[in-house]
Amino acid sequence: MVNPKIFIEGVNYSYGDSQALRNITLEVPPRSVTVFFGPAGGGKSTLLRLINRLNDMVEDTRMTGRVLLDGKNIYDPGTNVASLRRRVGMVFALPLPLPGTVRENVTYGLKLAGHRNDGKTEEILERSLTRAALWDEIKDRLDSPANALSGGQQQRLCIARSLALEPEVLLLDEPTSGLDPISTRKVEGSLHELKKLYTIIIVPHSIQQAARVADQAAFVLMGDLIEYRPGTEIFTIPSDRRTEDYVTGRFG
Amino acid sequence: MDRNRVQQIGFALLTLSAIAVVAPILIVIGIILVEGARAISWEFFFSMPYDGMKQGGILPAIVGTLILTVGTAVAAIPVGVAGTIYLAEYAKDTWMTRAIRLAIVNLAGIPSIVYGLFGLGMFVLFLHMGTSILAGVLTLAIMTLPVIISTSEEALRAVPMEFRTVIASLGGTRWQAIRYIVLPEALPGIITGIILGLLRAAGETAPILFTVAAFYLPRLPQSPFDQVMALPYHLYVISTQVPGMPFSVQYGTALVLLILVLSMNVAATVLRSYFRRRRQW
Repeated sequence: MVNPKIFIEGVNYSYGDSQALRNITLEVPPRSVTVFFGPAGGGKSTLLRLINRLNDMVEDTRMTGRVLLDGKNIYDPGTNVASLRRRVGMVFALPLPLPGTVRENVTYGLKLAGHRNDGKTEEILERSLTRAALWDEIKDRLDSPANALSGGQQQRLCIARSLALEPEVLLLDEPTSGLDPISTRKVEGSLHELKKLYTIIIVPHSIQQAARVADQAAFVLMGDLIEYRPGTEIFTIPSDRRTEDYVTGRFG
Repeated sequence: MDRNRVQQIGFALLTLSAIAVVAPILIVIGIILVEGARAISWEFFFSMPYDGMKQGGILPAIVGTLILTVGTAVAAIPVGVAGTIYLAEYAKDTWMTRAIRLAIVNLAGIPSIVYGLFGLGMFVLFLHMGTSILAGVLTLAIMTLPVIISTSEEALRAVPMEFRTVIASLGGTRWQAIRYIVLPEALPGIITGIILGLLRAAGETAPILFTVAAFYLPRLPQSPFDQVMALPYHLYVISTQVPGMPFSVQYGTALVLLILVLSMNVAATVLRSYFRRRRQW
């Protein structure tokens, strides 16, 4: 196997007294789509948010274990969390455009990083929107308010906003849960292009979506990693009884 | 009884209640307007009182109230807003911060005379400021702070948490989230809180009674350690302490105070709707 982009090693995580993740170890290969799936409340989002340290915003949590990005532990005391989050972008369940125009939204991360607005900004704007499969639809509306776009467009705008920072990893937390089927297909479609450039980890909003997009998939149940295998196998010939029950719709 | 009948009666009762609420206010404003208008002239606004305040204008009281209000704003706004940002955005939820919040909510409900006595003990006597603008402004600022903080905190908390999360996920700092998103979104609410607090400061008599207000001082203040006259206290004095005071002067003073307070209210409403229109979500 090629060097993993991300190596989660022996991670335990708890909020107060309730343990959210138990001894999770898994490797995420670069430039592919990795899926974390399982029933709600099982720890998928927690696992996802460990990778950009967004869980730091929650009080009263405990963690043991390591998360390596390109072989380096992102939980080392010296880590610059802001620059980590520029390397590991994130898209949330609901499209969350920031107040302002389409243009301002896409370039928000650059502004936060202190980049001057120069000729390159326009280039980044177009490239990010193109990669998020949105450019053709809104290239004439770059200065209209972001919240005037449709829900599906807003979510792709959020993807473009993350891409503008040229991240290496893109985390997607149920990115299509608020979208209609057509918008969902557009977002999923853009993933096939994006994985050529980025390492993508997605928490899907259905098993069907998981099966459609996964290169490899991890079944997370009640804080345990049950099995982690290529997408072509896990959804058709699961090796664990619990995975089989979940995939075939016997629970969840 | 027929349900339409019930509705009619209910509706009539509600209308009557609304009238009962609004009518006294309108009557008071109307009387003050009609009676006070007779006293209003350039001289009334821009000259010193004389003949035991029965003649001349109320310039020192107007200037005094303006100075006290502006001074209170200068003293209370930076501390209030900064304290609110700390409480709402940075402070962890501990027994300390809970105690501070409880204290603030309670302070907002304390009678103003208590602030007056605190100001007398703390600023006038203990800190040797004497009866002065400085002591009055600080007393008014302390009275205003809880109002500013509790309304502003509400406004900050009303900004969806998700915006802060998004900014963090884009590599922004907590301060950047506050500076670029939270504060601009909360601004209308913060301004409302500030104006409400300052309105109270401008109209109160008790807090300035022992700390700054002069009974009769027909000149303008020269330094922060001077006393000043102030509209609410002046109104109290000419209504109860000076025999033979012409009604028109009393109503005129009431009218000026009313205009000042109402125009601040209007300014607040205009500012708030201006900032709200600029908001884009």
